[in-house]
Amino acid sequence: MGAAALQKQFESVLQWQVRPVPEFVRTGVPEIDAATGGLPRGALTEIFGPVSSGRTSLLASILAAATGRQEICALVDVEDSFDPVSAAAAGVRLDGLLWIRCGHNAEHALKAADLLVQGGGFGIVIVDLGDTPPRTARRISLTSWFRLRRAVENTPTVLVAVAQQSNAKTCSSLMLECTRERVMWPGSTPLLRGMQVRVTRRKPAREVTACFQAAALE
Amino acid sequence: MFASLHGSGNLRGLAFEFSPIVEQTAPDTVTFDASGLERLFGLTQDIAAAVMRRAGETGVKANLAMAANPDAAICAARGFAGVSILPQGDEAKFLGSLPLKLLETTPELQETLERWGIRRFQDLAALPPLGIAERLGPEGLRLRLLARGEVDRMLVALEDPPRFEDEIELDYPVELLEPLAFVLSRLLGGLITRLATRGLATNELRLRLTLENRTIHERRLRLPIPSLDQRALLKLMQLDLAAHPPWAPVEYVHLEANPVKPRAAQTGLYTPVAPEPLKLELTMARIKAFVGEGKVGSPELLDTHRPGAFRMCSAVCLAAGVRSKYTGGKTAGATIALRIFRPPRVARVTIDSGRPTFVAAEGVRGRVVQLAGPWRTSGDWWTVDPWERDEWDIGLSDGALYRIYCAPPGWFVEGSYD
Repeated sequence: MGAAALQKQFESVLQWQVRPVPEFVRTGVPEIDAATGGLPRGALTEIFGPVSSGRTSLLASILAAATGRQEICALVDVEDSFDPVSAAAAGVRLDGLLWIRCGHNAEHALKAADLLVQGGGFGIVIVDLGDTPPRTARRISLTSWFRLRRAVENTPTVLVAVAQQSNAKTCSSLMLECTRERVMWPGSTPLLRGMQVRVTRRKPAREVTACFQAAALE
Repeated sequence: MFASLHGSGNLRGLAFEFSPIVEQTAPDTVTFDASGLERLFGLTQDIAAAVMRRAGETGVKANLAMAANPDAAICAARGFAGVSILPQGDEAKFLGSLPLKLLETTPELQETLERWGIRRFQDLAALPPLGIAERLGPEGLRLRLLARGEVDRMLVALEDPPRFEDEIELDYPVELLEPLAFVLSRLLGGLITRLATRGLATNELRLRLTLENRTIHERRLRLPIPSLDQRALLKLMQLDLAAHPPWAPVEYVHLEANPVKPRAAQTGLYTPVAPEPLKLELTMARIKAFVGEGKVGSPELLDTHRPGAFRMCSAVCLAAGVRSKYTGGKTAGATIALRIFRPPRVARVTIDSGRPTFVAAEGVRGRVVQLAGPWRTSGDWWTVDPWERDEWDIGLSDGALYRIYCAPPGWFVEGSYD
């Protein structure tokens, strides 16, 4: 068989595949949307930062925006730490949220996330490793993250992973690092008033920073 | 064309699979209107073959007769084994050899005919009608017409069966779920065919297993929307049985489907994507299999001020087109979220001048550098389960923000602000 015939037969396979530009969805925080463009569909987004850095506040905003768009969301909660009361106060429509409580088992969480992504139809699937010790989270192999990334590709689902450190590395398309800038302690109110959070985009390469303020529940 | 089934098994169910007009002639005899079936199956022989094939699949043991009028079919089904097809116009000849006792009549009339030496259909059919009318009256004439296969009447049609159910007694007890799945598949297939022929679907399956130790194991499977997807339903039943297995080998299986109208929904071009209801149910069942029952669902807040009061609902409303229209509103701006420790972590708290100065709990330890509180709450004091607590928001020396509270019997860390 000549080279020309081979080339003709395998031309479509050998050609450089160009990925289409993903659709971006709003996070619910205008400052972050303006800086980063939002969260890409069909890709993995990582949100990470230390405890009390505002990751969960950002997550609640993302869920509120998604459920407000009538999308169905799934939260795979590794450490069973989701608070429906503060989520509802943040505007999350709870009847549009599927909550999976994995009871401190990261392996179950990955399995559940895989099933949810494969099942399809979700606007956002979140794997919340926010309270999982970094040592445990790091044990999740890159293969697992790669599998999740492949599963979510070419779907309209936004896959979000929340942790204390970045774990998915090359598998994520967008990395947002949260740091707490300041805490607003009460003046007239008896409890915490809120905090200011700085979000830095670590990936794609050009670093972008946005700040938002998360107010305490009334 | 009418068909009559005489035998044992779920005759009525079988008849309803082929016709909506079914008469329960006797406990062991069912007659149904087979007109129009030739368009589906072809010749009368093909119709009979289809009925007998389905009878074999559903475990029905019966004789089948097909004739131009219902009574001729009934007599033939009762009198001849296997399949009988009575040619139109030759009913009298076909039925002639049958014994007269097949005709349901009074014992006195039966005795009279016996004394006259009339024992077969052909003997009665040959008698002159005028003579019979004089001696035996209208009942005698009716019997003569029956014997000649000439009675033409309407069927007394049954109402659609309100319950779609099927059962099977196993030859030997089944211990494993896999072989049981084959039995369930067969029962489910029959029920789904019966539902489909009536343009119905099911939203609930009830399974009753009689076990070897004479106990009953019952399972109820509710679906978010009516469905006829046999594979999905079977998988759901398998997952449910795997999560709640029977505690002894199974001897008898009874399956019932709740008939409902199928769901007709038109999805819009601009409707956001949502999981397919049955697919979502399957995914949830698969996830429940490893995370546990009650760990998957949609949270619903309870109408109380008690902290952390919510319940998990089955995620029926999540499915496409099932959920209600969003009526709530987004609050302005981001809100600080709390990550809950479940259960709350018992803490050792050092107090100075009535304020916490040092907190130590599992995974939490540090000097209190900033704090706000206390926020005193209480409720349900009018019930047997009252609650009260003093909340503090604290910033520890490790940089994290926590909510702690003091409630009998001591101090707890409720969660962290994040």
